[in-house]
Amino acid sequence: MVDGIRAYRMIAAMWIRSTMTYRASFAMTLFGNFAATAFDFVAILLMFSHVDALGGFTLGEIAFLYGATGIAFGIADLVMGSMDRLGRRVRDGTLDTLLVRPAPVLVQVAADRFALRRLGRITQGVLVFGYALTVVDIDWTPARALLVPVMLLSGAAIFSAVFTAGAAFQFLAQDSAEVQNAFTYGGNTLLQYPPSIFARELVRGVTFVLPLAFVNWLPALYVLGREAPAGLPSWLAFLPPVVAVVCCALASLAWRAGLRSYRSTGS
Amino acid sequence: MRLYAAVAASGFRRYATYRVATAAGVFTNTVFGFVLAYTYIALWSERPQLGGYDQAEALTFVWLGQALLATCAMMGGGFEDELIERIRTGDIAIDLYRPVDLQLWWLAGDLGRALFHFLGRGIVPMVIGSLAFELALPGDPLVWVAFLVAVALGVVVSFAVRYLVALSAFWLLDGAGVAQIAWLGGMFFSGMLLPLNVFPGALGELARALPWSSFLQVPADVFLGKRTGIDLLGAFAFQAGWALALIGAGRVLQAVATKRVVVQGG
Repeated sequence: MVDGIRAYRMIAAMWIRSTMTYRASFAMTLFGNFAATAFDFVAILLMFSHVDALGGFTLGEIAFLYGATGIAFGIADLVMGSMDRLGRRVRDGTLDTLLVRPAPVLVQVAADRFALRRLGRITQGVLVFGYALTVVDIDWTPARALLVPVMLLSGAAIFSAVFTAGAAFQFLAQDSAEVQNAFTYGGNTLLQYPPSIFARELVRGVTFVLPLAFVNWLPALYVLGREAPAGLPSWLAFLPPVVAVVCCALASLAWRAGLRSYRSTGS
Repeated sequence: MRLYAAVAASGFRRYATYRVATAAGVFTNTVFGFVLAYTYIALWSERPQLGGYDQAEALTFVWLGQALLATCAMMGGGFEDELIERIRTGDIAIDLYRPVDLQLWWLAGDLGRALFHFLGRGIVPMVIGSLAFELALPGDPLVWVAFLVAVALGVVVSFAVRYLVALSAFWLLDGAGVAQIAWLGGMFFSGMLLPLNVFPGALGELARALPWSSFLQVPADVFLGKRTGIDLLGAFAFQAGWALALIGAGRVLQAVATKRVVVQGG
């Protein structure tokens, strides 16, 4: 574990140095990363120039949901976002190089092309979340205050598990990188909006099948003092850490199974 | 001419080879289509007739966006990454030697790609969307034809923008930054985030006048029957005008680049 983190740090530092060679391009991609995510929020602002509430939620409350998933997804994207390149490595055979190096393959794949520009996404999430905290009138209790950092970290872990599971799937289907985008980027987009606007089955699906609802919906609605969505019990709001651990365990099993089934292209 | 047709055909075949990638893309487009459709239902049930669309038209807009996302390469990922790489490594020198027009060569390949993406990644999400939601599909076959013309013009504008982006690598070497900025413009000003007629006041005017509206907003309005008669010709003229202007700019920039810039050796 310690070795893995050390290896991750070294590979990440190497990529940061390499990115800094093209400073103009780095500045542009950093800004681009920030703006790309900011545009999502601009779209919500544009919607709110026409309405006062969406699905019964105010702009501040949606900003709370948005910021929470933005930060959680941003952290996962920074740490594990390169995992979707695995399929390419399997196809062109460069995964073999990683297998002979004295560092965990998962770490090498995750740190590959480590992109500091992804800080742009986290920054944007933090700004929106900060905005939400100032405008929404939250009835703070110790439980609610504690739940906020727990929610953000658990959410990052859940998204990381999705990235890892998606990469494991690429051992089977090398060109399936886009499928994982549906769950990572698509999941992030889904969670930016309140659950009340989606079909009940969809909300239950992302609670029990692919537990993205634990990233922000369930805990955030509790913090906001609202009822849990789709008739779900409210104690689910405290489950994100448990769900995160289970997700990471399942993802690591999937990763191992995928890695064991790996056959080199041989060229 | 036959040469460029062959290049276009191979562009088509090249993308058609990756069936799993196509299926994965269709899956992702469909998931995003559902998420966006529910947000639009929430918005349009609060404000019916927002932007001059009723709810069925707004939902049609969502699924058209998903269908055209890959066709107009709104997220990038077309030829430009490859061209940037060739400029960075210096392989572009070989391309410049060839007895073909560089811009037309890449245009032909990109048209082939777009045709495949239109068929392979456009139709299925649209069908799924029309089964899951009530959409406003045109009954008049001529509207469908006009829509195809608008999409084709949108693809050419999209190519012209990305060609300019790729040429920036002659000066910057790493084109990723410019590509990302252009991609942002494409996402925001094409109507992908929200239809441009929902944008307020001057921002809406500006967005509708920029080339990116050719990618989605103009074809969607043609599809929804919002632009007919003279107005339809105006829409085509708008797209064709941007296409010619940007293609021309690409030629000028290419001429400057090949005269002034030293190609990377090694």
